Amino acid sequence: MWLYLIVFVCGAAVSGGWPVSASSWNSLAARDLVGRFFEWFGEFGLFCGRLMRRAVAPPYEIAEIVRQCDSVGSKSLPLVALAGAATGVVLSLEVRDSLARFGAKSLLPAVVIFSIVKESGPVITGLIMSGRVGAGIGAELGSMRVSEQLDAMEASAVDPYRYLVATRVLACILMLPLLTLAADFCGVIMGWVAGQLGEPMSLRLFLDSGLKDVEFSDFIAPTLKTMIFGSIIGLIACFQGMRTEGGTEGVGRAATSSVVLCSLFVIIADVILVRLLLLLFP
Amino acid sequence: MRGIMESDDRNDDQGPAIVVKDLAKRFGDQTVLNGISFQVETAETLAVLGRSGTGKSVLLKLMIGLQAPDAGSIRIHGKDVARMQEGPLNEVRKKMGFLFQQGALYDSMSVEENVEFPLSRHTNMSRVERKQRARRLLASVGMDRDLGKLPSQLSGGMQKRVSLARALALDPDILLFDEPTAGLDPITAREIGELILSMKETRKMAAVVVTHDVHGAKKFSDRLIMMRDGKVLIEGTFTDLQKSRDKFVVQFLRDSG
Repeated sequence: MWLYLIVFVCGAAVSGGWPVSASSWNSLAARDLVGRFFEWFGEFGLFCGRLMRRAVAPPYEIAEIVRQCDSVGSKSLPLVALAGAATGVVLSLEVRDSLARFGAKSLLPAVVIFSIVKESGPVITGLIMSGRVGAGIGAELGSMRVSEQLDAMEASAVDPYRYLVATRVLACILMLPLLTLAADFCGVIMGWVAGQLGEPMSLRLFLDSGLKDVEFSDFIAPTLKTMIFGSIIGLIACFQGMRTEGGTEGVGRAATSSVVLCSLFVIIADVILVRLLLLLFP
Repeated sequence: MRGIMESDDRNDDQGPAIVVKDLAKRFGDQTVLNGISFQVETAETLAVLGRSGTGKSVLLKLMIGLQAPDAGSIRIHGKDVARMQEGPLNEVRKKMGFLFQQGALYDSMSVEENVEFPLSRHTNMSRVERKQRARRLLASVGMDRDLGKLPSQLSGGMQKRVSLARALALDPDILLFDEPTAGLDPITAREIGELILSMKETRKMAAVVVTHDVHGAKKFSDRLIMMRDGKVLIEGTFTDLQKSRDKFVVQFLRDSG
């Protein structure tokens, strides 16, 4: 597993997601690359530490948190619901044929519901949010950095870490599980709709046979793991945005690297969390 | 890293508003400020002149604690901002206003919200009181008819006016201006210069104006310093600068028309 993680991380560095530009790639010695790799993690650690110190102390930015929850949550809802619905349709159509070959078509509702609730829903939501929210936050904070708005905020004795970063990270942590529920719901419903094409079944029967063996831990643990995805997306996107330099080109780089790194770390976190959840809830 | 406030820090309201001593700042191999010293009295306006890239904007950012100096001290009303922790530094910042070169208005907020922002953070004013104060300040810079507009809908000169109103929101003792007239047409530049002049007369605050506009500086400043190679080349009134025989000063004044 760790080999896969290293390959992922190196892939991001090569793709330009890491703070190494394509033009400088050739001229950098391997030692510089390794140095930058650890430098990024070091700076990210300091950023998280600084954020923790500022975020826990009052005053709390309740109004801004609510505004960010609206921006991160309700404005992402249609996209996440659509992605969840599409996943449900594809899963239902693909799985029905496979199950038919083994004479296990009656398991279709259980397979669709288990797949969506335990893995597809959380991961699809995490990746969709990495794209939409990661790019948005990276570009917004990056633009504020290069146009001196962050300096202006600090100059007027307002802490950007508390006002901008903590509120966005918290909104991501709070909204990801709720969006995952929406994706799960749409996925299951559209999975049932797609199933109707092959073999008509009432929604009640579909849900009864699908949820028959579902336990509370099957549902709650994967949904709550998206809080970790939310913290990853919020922290990385804010970090990339806050360290932007180099004018409008830098803002573009911040947005791109936010998306690449958020998606990458969501996948890595998923690998680790799936293993962890299997250990905790065998 | 900022250390604990020095024990001799004290609020010295009677002394100079700003005392900069032996200030140095480097970025990598480049020395931007190389031991500069000056002071600004209460109700005095100091203009800082010099070529681009001589560290004038860095000087302002050091004065408000946005960057930390490598050496030297900056005392604002007797308190060394270079060695302050975040909390006490923010208390000093509340008494200072900063007009950024590009305005630096918050793009997601309207004109009125931009001016209300510091009031909502640092005062106990009600929403109505905040709005009234924001509107008064915007009226004083001639922007009270564009309250609901976003910064992207304003011209450069209008953005600087709003930024000036925002800088004045907390009624500061010290104002820092970074190129207030740069990139503006001559008429708008003159209007901004007149606003600075009228503020100087009515509010009696200390101000440091970084500018290339020699003629504007002559009008609104009490004293000028000219920087070169990270050092203060000459300090005095505009007449002192005109009398200087230094080649750089002579050329700078001549090329400014």
